[in-house]
Amino acid sequence: MDILRIATAGSVDDGKSTLIGRLLYETQSITRDKLEALEAASKRKGLDFLDLSLLTDGLIAEREQGITIDVAHIYFSTPTRKYIIADTPGHFEYTRNMVTGASNAKVSLILVDARHGVVEQTFRHFFISSMLRIPKVIVCVNKMDLVGYSEERFQQIKQEFQDIAAKVQFSGQEIEFVPISSLYGVNITKKSDEISWYLGVSLLETLEKFDDQVKTDSSHAARFPVQYVVRPKTEEYHDYRGYAGRVASGTFSVGDEIVVLPTGQRSKISSIEKFDQSLQHAHARESVVISLETDVDVSRGNMLVKAGEEPTQLREISAQVCWLDYQALTPGKTLLLQHGINDTKAKVLALEELINVQTLEKSENPAQLKLNEIGGIRLKVAKPIFADTYQENPSNGAFILIDEFSHATVGVGFMN
Amino acid sequence: MSSFGDKSLIPASALENPIFPRELEDEAIYIMREVAAQFERPAILFSGGKDSITLVRLAQKAFYPGKIPFPLVHVDTGHNFPETIAYRDWLVKEVGAELIVRYVQDSINQGKVQEETGKYASRNALQTVTLLDAIEEFKFDACIGGARRDEEKARAKERIFSVRDDFGQWDAKRQRPELFDMLNGRISVGENVRVFPISNWTELDVWNYIKEEGIPLPSIYFSHQRPVFERDGMLWADSEFINKDTDEIPYEATVRFRTVGDMTCTAAVLSEATELDDIIGEILSAEISERGARMDDKRSEAAMEKRKQQGYF
Repeated sequence: MDILRIATAGSVDDGKSTLIGRLLYETQSITRDKLEALEAASKRKGLDFLDLSLLTDGLIAEREQGITIDVAHIYFSTPTRKYIIADTPGHFEYTRNMVTGASNAKVSLILVDARHGVVEQTFRHFFISSMLRIPKVIVCVNKMDLVGYSEERFQQIKQEFQDIAAKVQFSGQEIEFVPISSLYGVNITKKSDEISWYLGVSLLETLEKFDDQVKTDSSHAARFPVQYVVRPKTEEYHDYRGYAGRVASGTFSVGDEIVVLPTGQRSKISSIEKFDQSLQHAHARESVVISLETDVDVSRGNMLVKAGEEPTQLREISAQVCWLDYQALTPGKTLLLQHGINDTKAKVLALEELINVQTLEKSENPAQLKLNEIGGIRLKVAKPIFADTYQENPSNGAFILIDEFSHATVGVGFMN
Repeated sequence: MSSFGDKSLIPASALENPIFPRELEDEAIYIMREVAAQFERPAILFSGGKDSITLVRLAQKAFYPGKIPFPLVHVDTGHNFPETIAYRDWLVKEVGAELIVRYVQDSINQGKVQEETGKYASRNALQTVTLLDAIEEFKFDACIGGARRDEEKARAKERIFSVRDDFGQWDAKRQRPELFDMLNGRISVGENVRVFPISNWTELDVWNYIKEEGIPLPSIYFSHQRPVFERDGMLWADSEFINKDTDEIPYEATVRFRTVGDMTCTAAVLSEATELDDIIGEILSAEISERGARMDDKRSEAAMEKRKQQGYF
């Protein structure tokens, strides 16, 4: 069974929690005791209908303020697929959570309130989906009940969205539009009579149709970061030396000629193992142990790549960065840079530009990059890293920045 | 008993039509290896329940043919099901892992915690103190737990690497963002990390994995006869550890347990399920959620979040 990871985003009050609650409810993912608790909680709030948003608004602070303040993970499945939703808050202060939640997603769901149409937040959410190169965006035009299920209104919103999206949409990124009402369950898991003019399928069917394999990481250059060296040192496995890791991208096969980075040593793959199974190939995202024909020096943080597919060695990095910390980023600052499982010290050489996510205007050489701001920066690294551009190979083109003293994750970067 | 990962335990249905999403196993193994590489003294928190048994299987696979490079730590409330303890002792031998046991009774004797009284008395909350003491004693910098995000609303927001302060506390607002699959386990002195490799698994995923891997389980997960009594609409195993009211009269019933906490906080369900396929069938038609049978979560709507803030895993 495959897994589809979805990121949801929307502004405060456009009914995102209700939509997710509705998906869970209609796919029978809620047990009876949870439903009873939901009925009781809805009654306490004086409502005469099931407040499905209560299913996902988890933390005490959220219940008090009535908003979602962190990334929540929600699960449901259909007979064909398991879905993981990273539900991220809509409030603009929490852009960092949205980037976080969306970083693993293959589909981005963006909610638009049919009464308000495309608002400031809508574009920000789309911008982030494009920056992360999420291959599919589904725009859910919600609360269609409040505009009388008007086709005209739907088409108008679709046009508005397409107009602004064109500025940042990347080639190959698909956008679909689905009119829905989360509150009344219209067009969520099945088509409803209320919108007979709509010729497409329901939201769930749109998700079911999405072919995750089309844009798989397996088609990119082969990259294998070595996480851990397995050396049992037992009698049975006296000379065993296996390199454990998860294929970041591409496919490795037994017999492939490989290069070890950064040393540049060459060897051939003698075996690929997954526990007690021997494999001929290891595909992207698989956790395996690779052994080499010759005795070469490999340790954690090294990367195995196929000969002829070597990435560029970088000592200076130009990247787009989203800053995630309350303390702003300033030029000259020293940080730790973690690229995959590898890390190095890094120094900010320059803040080159700040991007206004609303207008797409760029201001040059900003003095700082504040929380939730996105900009282009240049970094110098203490030891070279072997990365691809994020556009070419996202699995080997992103990094995080870590504060040397607090150890907090303070930024995320995408290689140019 | 069969071996851990006994192929003869895998039902034909699972061999013909495996449905467990293997991507979840790849992800969990990746996390296990990051723990071994990023921390000096990690440990697996082992309760004897199906989730922590799954963790042991994943750790075994992650480092094969090497041994699991960290110990299993069991905080024993003294109120465990004997079947769980027997299974635990068998399992550590079977996989060749090191076992460390620390007892809530010792924390009580040392006057660090006080035994609860009354009919709902449980040592479940007391475990936290014994656990934090064990973390200090062995200087564990990472504790791997079997918590899953689908279990409970507060857990839905938990990170895979969850940093705790000196007091083991969880602060929902200060959580580190986790981007892509990059895990940042750097901590300051006194801090430690709780690691949740099966965060993205649901209860059904765990059961399907156990089935497809041929993992034997403690017998209390399967239907059996035992004396039970009713309280608050749930069935409780009759034991010397639960203070019964005079009108709570035990009788024999055919039951099984869906989770295996200690006897004072884990309710039984009536069940005829003797095979994994029966259990999975029950879950698919489930009327009650997994944690719905846990008294510790029912104390208030925000019970789990409050316990997590205090250092519960």
